[in-house]
Amino acid sequence: MIVQALGVRTVDDLSEFGTDPWWLSLIKAVLIFVFLLLLTLFNIWFERRVVARMQHRAGPNKNGPFGLLQSLADAMKLMLKEDIMVKAADRLLYVLAPVISVIMAFLAFAVIPFGPVVDVPFTDRQTPLQLTDLPVGVLFVIAVASVGIYGIVLGGWASGSTYSLLGGMRSTAQVISYEVAMSLALVAVFLYAGSLSTSEIVNAQQRLWYALILLPSFIIFWVSMVGETNRAPFDMPEAEGELVAGYFTEYSSMKFAMFFLAEYINMVTVSAVATTLFLGGWRAPWPLSLWDGANAGYWPVLWFLAKVMMFMFVFVWLRGTLPRVRYDQFMALGWKVLIPVALLWTVAVATIRAMTLDGGLDRRVLVGGALVAVLLFLLLSIVGERAPKEEPEAEEQPFDPFAGGYPVPPMPGQRLPRPEPAGVVPGGAQPDQEDDTARRSATEEGD
Amino acid sequence: MSVVGLLFLLMGAMAVGSALLVVTTARLVHSALWLVVTLGALAGCYLLLGAEFVAWVQILIYVGAVVVLLLFALMLTRAPTGVQTGLTTGNRVVAAATAGVVGLVLVTVVVAGFGGARVSVDEESVGSATSMGDAIFRHWVLPFEVLSVLLLAALVGAIVLSRGRASSGEETP
Repeated sequence: MIVQALGVRTVDDLSEFGTDPWWLSLIKAVLIFVFLLLLTLFNIWFERRVVARMQHRAGPNKNGPFGLLQSLADAMKLMLKEDIMVKAADRLLYVLAPVISVIMAFLAFAVIPFGPVVDVPFTDRQTPLQLTDLPVGVLFVIAVASVGIYGIVLGGWASGSTYSLLGGMRSTAQVISYEVAMSLALVAVFLYAGSLSTSEIVNAQQRLWYALILLPSFIIFWVSMVGETNRAPFDMPEAEGELVAGYFTEYSSMKFAMFFLAEYINMVTVSAVATTLFLGGWRAPWPLSLWDGANAGYWPVLWFLAKVMMFMFVFVWLRGTLPRVRYDQFMALGWKVLIPVALLWTVAVATIRAMTLDGGLDRRVLVGGALVAVLLFLLLSIVGERAPKEEPEAEEQPFDPFAGGYPVPPMPGQRLPRPEPAGVVPGGAQPDQEDDTARRSATEEGD
Repeated sequence: MSVVGLLFLLMGAMAVGSALLVVTTARLVHSALWLVVTLGALAGCYLLLGAEFVAWVQILIYVGAVVVLLLFALMLTRAPTGVQTGLTTGNRVVAAATAGVVGLVLVTVVVAGFGGARVSVDEESVGSATSMGDAIFRHWVLPFEVLSVLLLAALVGAIVLSRGRASSGEETP
């Protein structure tokens, strides 16, 4: 069951799991719990420091060395805050929602492999650095993540407030849409690894990371994992400029802290999943892998952590760089770009995989065929591109900023009246407002 | 009775009990959540029968997507946090009778069809992804394709229905 290759003992068979005595499983579970808690404290500090650097600020640097204890202090402060129960809330669900969120966030880590089979200190036992594994491990992670949405949805609804409800609804639509693209991106990995178990997928990447051969899948997964975790620039469920704080507007004290914890653990979870499925999991990256000992013992935990922190840095980087996208743009990206591309790519990978497995085709033929397909696609996209059909002009209605008694934005086709610059001499050569908008729209369509 | 058998009975009772609560609870969102419990208990049954793949797909699709969509629709229309009255239909007796008869027919069919069949749960291959794939894409490939066409038709139909009013107003050349 244990292969002895290059001094690295990896899990060869899933029957390796489930043989641990109860105390060892307990230790592993507690270690994962503590690891996630500490990593969350660290990540909050990390995010604040990195964003601060990006904005030419110092960031938290007072409490503890480099300000590392800042998040701990914040957590203590949150615990001492008043626990507010909103009058209109559905009490049971209001309490249950953050709990669901946080439990599901922790649960997914049960099947993430941290390393190969190692010796347990002070005993003569050997155990894989992974709590457990299932033949359908990745499916388990996706399923648990999809149940985790209930925390957000129910939290938004049970608060009994409009902002919360809107945040919950946005989150629902968002997570459902991006889950499709995410799962489709994973199909290619399953096809190549021939397994849904996380430890076997890591083993299958011994020679080459899937991020290299399945680059489109990797990119789609990366984009959708930002959407799935409600992080900037896709953080519409909690957009503070629009919804106060979205689904957790009414939450305070420890309940709020649990939502906070769940968000950061979810980020770590999706990063860990991406690492496991695309970046070779705990396996050492190339220059390091030349050293035989790199993949043995407890060293792999370090490589694993480094890869996860790389994803975390990108999360922070995105937040520090990009403005929040509009909701319709976000949905259009998900449904009109990511899902079709993922579908096409899945079909392509399945075809290539079937051909390779049948062993009937030369690689040169394959590359040639792919080139021809790409050329055809480019040709079609150039030839097929007609001038966009003239949209029927909506009947010109002057823009009424208070239509129906409320302040409203302009309808499509309507233009905001140009603000009069201060100091313009009234009665000068001012064109009539309506002529002006008509002429402007005409010149813009001519472009 | 073995532990697995006992757990299976418990899960079954849970599924039936929460299914009853789905139709009796006075809050719309709560009834959707009882539906989650029902579907989750069913997934538990699958797990106990060794059908791991089916169980997790059940969680992923039904708990994670279908009911979430239901909740989405509820919140989009009306979902006060308080108790709602008048949710129970006047036809409840007829509905209960119909449900009972349908359940009876289903049980009869299953018992008549598979009454004496014995499948060893300990075999790994019963509900694994491999055996499911083999079954669907070898033996049942035609029904599978027909179903996918049906779903596609439903999808197109939904789009047509939802766009019907907008296009009839615009496309009058």
